[in-house]
Amino acid sequence: MLERIGLERMEDLARTIPEKLRLKQLNVPSGLSELELKRLFFKEAKKNWSTLDYPSYLGAGAYDHFIPSVVEHMTGRGEFYTSYTPYQAEASQGLLQAIFEYQTMIAELTGLDVANASLYDGASSAAEAALMALSLQEGRRKILVSKTVHPSYRRVLRTYLSAQSVEIIELPYDPLDGRTDLKALENSLTEEVACCLIQNPNFFGSIEEVESIGKMLHAKGALFISIVYPISLGLLASPGEYGADIACGEGQSLGNRLLLGGPYLGFFAARREYLRKMPGRIVGQTHDTGGKRGFVLTLQTREQHIRREKATSNICTNEGLCALTAAVYLAALGKSGIQEVADQNLQKSHYLATRISKLHGYHLRFRAPFFNEFVVETKKGFSLLEKRLMQKGILGPLSLREFYPELKDCLLFCVTEIKTKAMLDELVKGLAL
Amino acid sequence: MRPLIFEIGSPGRKGYSLPSLDVPRKEASSFIPSRFLRRTLPELPEVSELDVVRHYVSLSKKNFSVDANFYPLGSCTMKYNPKVNEDVIKQPGYLNLHPYQKEETLQGVLEILYDLEKLLCDIVGVDEFCLQPAAGAQGEFTGLLIMHAYHTERGNPRRKILVPDSSHGTNPASAALCGYEVVQVKSNARGRVDLEELRRLVDQNVAGMMLTNPNTLGLFEDEVLEIAKIIHGVGGLLYYDGANLNPLLGMARPGDMGFDIVHVNTHKTFSTPHGGGGPGAGPVGVKKVLSKYLPTPRIVKEKDKGTLRIKNDFPRSIGKLNAFYGNVGVLLRAYAYIRSLGKEGLLKTGRHAILNANYLLKGLEGHYEVAYPEMCMHEFVLSASRQKEKGVRALDIAKRLIDFGIHPPTIYFPLVVPEAVMIEPTESESRQTLDYFIEVMKRIAKEAEENPALFHEAPVSAPVHRLDEVWAARNPVVKWEKKTRDEAPVATYSA
Repeated sequence: MLERIGLERMEDLARTIPEKLRLKQLNVPSGLSELELKRLFFKEAKKNWSTLDYPSYLGAGAYDHFIPSVVEHMTGRGEFYTSYTPYQAEASQGLLQAIFEYQTMIAELTGLDVANASLYDGASSAAEAALMALSLQEGRRKILVSKTVHPSYRRVLRTYLSAQSVEIIELPYDPLDGRTDLKALENSLTEEVACCLIQNPNFFGSIEEVESIGKMLHAKGALFISIVYPISLGLLASPGEYGADIACGEGQSLGNRLLLGGPYLGFFAARREYLRKMPGRIVGQTHDTGGKRGFVLTLQTREQHIRREKATSNICTNEGLCALTAAVYLAALGKSGIQEVADQNLQKSHYLATRISKLHGYHLRFRAPFFNEFVVETKKGFSLLEKRLMQKGILGPLSLREFYPELKDCLLFCVTEIKTKAMLDELVKGLAL
Repeated sequence: MRPLIFEIGSPGRKGYSLPSLDVPRKEASSFIPSRFLRRTLPELPEVSELDVVRHYVSLSKKNFSVDANFYPLGSCTMKYNPKVNEDVIKQPGYLNLHPYQKEETLQGVLEILYDLEKLLCDIVGVDEFCLQPAAGAQGEFTGLLIMHAYHTERGNPRRKILVPDSSHGTNPASAALCGYEVVQVKSNARGRVDLEELRRLVDQNVAGMMLTNPNTLGLFEDEVLEIAKIIHGVGGLLYYDGANLNPLLGMARPGDMGFDIVHVNTHKTFSTPHGGGGPGAGPVGVKKVLSKYLPTPRIVKEKDKGTLRIKNDFPRSIGKLNAFYGNVGVLLRAYAYIRSLGKEGLLKTGRHAILNANYLLKGLEGHYEVAYPEMCMHEFVLSASRQKEKGVRALDIAKRLIDFGIHPPTIYFPLVVPEAVMIEPTESESRQTLDYFIEVMKRIAKEAEENPALFHEAPVSAPVHRLDEVWAARNPVVKWEKKTRDEAPVATYSA
């Protein structure tokens, strides 16, 4: 092959690189065989505590749900995971159809009209929602965000908006309810506010007064962005039902692994009138020259590869495979499954909450209704408690000290359907010591 | 076509099982006031596990993939994704880790991520890396925010970002997201940045320049040191778009060329699967002076015992891009790839990427116009201008390739070449595959001469013929509606 292109030695392949830029040698260690690589990964894995071996009560945006075997068997097909973004529709009908179905499922779950093909994760999808609201609401340069929104999401929002001239106003929470302070919302709500971000259930697990919030926002012409936990939507009112304009959030809970925080899946849905302002890829239905149904990436003139600096977002690569995962998961669960999973989360978390609240030295911090996460206050001292639970082989709960200094003695518990009564009782025993 | 998943199944069917509830059950409304509960159920499929399997297996067959097809997709680096990289992470010690676990319970995975940062520093020639950005575009955004923070701290945030006219669309889009005005720099007759024009455009208001090297024409920017001098001369920073890093592996490093900020696309250069459009990862590396601005959290090693910590306390940091630490599952695969290849393998990869591209270029010149006829790096750009005279456009050639089991190359990009066909074979492909591609492309060139009408039907072998994209954009149907269930085709059981 070298000869064919008129070269003699492999070294000559560097010919177009100026000599002084050519590298002598990398410091990367020499290569490993397949067996050596497996040993290395096996050895490092053993140093980690998996939630399979150590039951975890951690939630806060990353949830340990049951994943039916069928999910990874489907997404593990090379035809899906080694394919490229489906720009060439005729060579990508399988993936395009699967994403069209995913969009439908997200629209159904959120009760909104349209959904995109995915964004990076829950935090960045919330930031993209805020950017979209700003572009829809020309002239309005204030954004409200409740302090009950995940602290990391708020940090990401600030980062995304750091180069824009936008004022971000954080709304305090009611110290008894652990919900957005509606009085404070009313006071901050002016004609300059483009949108308000509310998480439901919020970071504390509390269910917000979403319907009232929606009415207040719309009365002032502000858009309502609701950040939701999709599993909860098997039970809780959908953003569409309570009048949200945009629903977004973390789709990891839909069949994706915890994997130390990623890859996850930002989902994004909105009312139909905002379709052409949405960020990210969108799959649309069409037909071929013979009139047969087919699917394509559509409304591409919103996107960076066409519109460049005028695009609605800079996103290109998204989380396609994670969206496919969510679709297969939701297909396997179906209409009744999403309700059953949500119900088991509700029942088991309330069982645990009731048991803990009866223990001496513990009480539920907030009185608002919750889904599968709740905050407990205790003076027992977190580091001691954590150590004791770890000795029993239990991970979590999450201390709120770093996130909310005023809640330094508070712990956030999460219970999903994978916990058994025996595990919950064991945790209670550990806490009682 | 396969019916939609909503069009198969029947009421009550489901494809999973859960243990029955083992705690006493109460009505949901006894926990949550009914005004907070859902009134209409989501219209999700009602299918069995076998229905699910048949459905998705059938869809998977209607898709091109690297596992099944040659993908000469320029600037996308569709290399083979080694199977061992998928296997090594499939153990509970990686899959089932919660991001808020205590660091003591995560030492193994943190060790890998920490080491990956060091390896990437060596490969691209910078001082520190942050693994958090979830894809190239987010890496660009991160890099530009770092630039913004750097200049702001020096008293003038500056307004402009320079990009070559051949740049990727994400470059100007990311710059706009950072509030910058985008200024395009023309290419010269050699397909490189025009230095005269660059000198004319730079001033104290230029925050920096974004550059891909090799550029999107597959040419090495051989005056990159001079470019760096010009940008640094006005106090600006030079940003490396890592989309085309593959041919430089082991051969040259962006850091040595004067780049201050570098992102890499693990889903291109480091073999992590594209996943049908993601997830990827876009780690960002910087020179020492910029490291304090990197996003948080960062992984740090404690001096005494060597324990790894996840630290948030960096007051000058630009902030955070994702809720947690980025696409860890993707990063672990990239680490597996780098460790498998080692320094020798990385060099071989860079060389073979260049060899394969030039082999194709040689085989195709004479049959198609070559935009810049000289030795290329990992990719090159043809122009279908000759074929267009017969009424066959780049798009037609792309669609015709599907009939030969080859994924179309990137077309109509870069914008500076009319009827552009951008070809990147990657190092993965054998000589036989490359020869097959050359033969097919020659045949298509001949067909364009002799029977241009043939192209209007192409592809003929795909599950669908040419799709009407204009109709789709004018009448957006982006969701299945239940009412169409009755009108839908009857479910068939053929693939």
